[in-house]
Amino acid sequence: MTERTLRGKVAIVGIGETTYYKHGKSPDPEFMLALKAILAACADAGIDPRKIDGFASYSNDRNDPSRLAAALGLPELRFSNMQWGGGGGGGSGAVANAAAAVATGVADCVVVFRALAQGQFQRFGAAPPGGTASGEAALNAPYGVMSPAQRYAMRAMRFIHENRIEPGAQRAIALASYHHAQRNPRAVMYGKPLTAEAYDASRWIVEPWRLFDCCMENDGAAALIVVPAERARDFAKKPAYLLAAAQGSEYRNGARCHNAPLYATSSFTTVAPHLYTMAHLQPADVDVVQSYENFTGGVLMSLVEHGFFTAEEANDFLVPENLQAPGGKLPLNTSGGNLAECYMHGLELQVEAVRQIRNESTTQVPDAQVSMVISGPMVTPVSSLILGSEETLQ
Amino acid sequence: MTTATYLRPGLPSPVAENDGLDAPYWEGARRGELMVQRCKPCGNWQWGPEWICHKCLSFDVGWQKVEGRGRIYSWERPWHPVHPALKDQGPYIVVLVELPHAAGIRMLGNLVGDPRQEVRIGAEVEAVFEPHNDAKPPFTLVHWKIIGSG
Repeated sequence: MTERTLRGKVAIVGIGETTYYKHGKSPDPEFMLALKAILAACADAGIDPRKIDGFASYSNDRNDPSRLAAALGLPELRFSNMQWGGGGGGGSGAVANAAAAVATGVADCVVVFRALAQGQFQRFGAAPPGGTASGEAALNAPYGVMSPAQRYAMRAMRFIHENRIEPGAQRAIALASYHHAQRNPRAVMYGKPLTAEAYDASRWIVEPWRLFDCCMENDGAAALIVVPAERARDFAKKPAYLLAAAQGSEYRNGARCHNAPLYATSSFTTVAPHLYTMAHLQPADVDVVQSYENFTGGVLMSLVEHGFFTAEEANDFLVPENLQAPGGKLPLNTSGGNLAECYMHGLELQVEAVRQIRNESTTQVPDAQVSMVISGPMVTPVSSLILGSEETLQ
Repeated sequence: MTTATYLRPGLPSPVAENDGLDAPYWEGARRGELMVQRCKPCGNWQWGPEWICHKCLSFDVGWQKVEGRGRIYSWERPWHPVHPALKDQGPYIVVLVELPHAAGIRMLGNLVGDPRQEVRIGAEVEAVFEPHNDAKPPFTLVHWKIIGSG
């Protein structure tokens, strides 16, 4: 039987971003940001924007594909897709959905995008005032559990308890992002280095997370272009081929009121094995990882669940030198990620993963051939993917 | 603490879902009773509420009163106020409590007492009902307090 797979079927041939702003600081409305990122991705690929025939996004992006298609004057719209689930969990899933459409002939040139202007709309980290709460919210909000940090801190706290994780492990993840952002002029935290002392002195947001364990909130947009592998060499830049993608979560991860049977999880324990199976790869084959930092504890669990080290090894593995490009064992979040480049809901991580394959990162891992993205730990569904150079298709 | 409630008033008021799914829980809390789901055919305990039993897929899911005792499964201490009502609150503690006598289902609430106290996972706790009689509509929250030496 032929293997049913996305491996090697599509490639990312264009990437685009707007300027990244602090939240509420974008001079442009959100829809314009989305348009600008899409046009930037087309320019990067060297294509006429009218070649686009599909859109995929996630987390209830407000910028509707039909409006985008009309605004851009597309001859036809063939694919319009929204990945369910909140937070950044759909980042890789949206790329996979675009890939599935392209691989099966549903569409030929699909844009994956995400745009956020939090001055125009509400922030994630602030709760709406007053009113009533029902359903899941009724069992959380009256107890002061409203923001994503408050919603997920107890998952990480349980993991820290079960595995005796020390504060230095989460700190190393934050330091890696800030370290890499100092070489990335696009990063919101460029020119604002973080020391271990400043991390330790920073205020608690919600224990076990300090200020620097938590993602920023930003304005901006990012986009990438997915085409069939057989056309990948017709574009201006070196293609990044999709080697695998997987999404979902474990048994009853979404059980209400924190009743997931496996609670101390980033939700990848069943997803990651599917990812490696499709890619025909193992953790040791991965050259560089972009792992969505909503909160550092989520990154920690994600890396464990993707097999880079065990929970027992976490305190020893998670030290700054292991996570820093170019020489670290596991270069992590090489653009600065959600903590220090921009919280573009993790789509900036996809863009950075492509740059690593192209040899274009500001913190390039030498000869990076296999580039992983892990999207949105602790939510459900989560997703992850692996990109590879043409050499990895052999 | 100067206020009668653990958290200052002004947070969203809980109301039953408009399909009635969790109404028995909120009605029970008003009576000072902890009501959770228990499947009538298979006896499976279930929390939070759902219309179907996740074990045997029966829709005949009943409600049963459980003893408000358990142990801390996880916890967090929020410091940053994300809601206007929390602006001058200072830190507070949220606990996730597992109920061993109901197959380990978990319930969330605040841990009453000193908000800066050390919290130990595994500590024994009991339910404390906190009525909000002046709210419209009135509701009752379920908090937890350490029993014995914890």
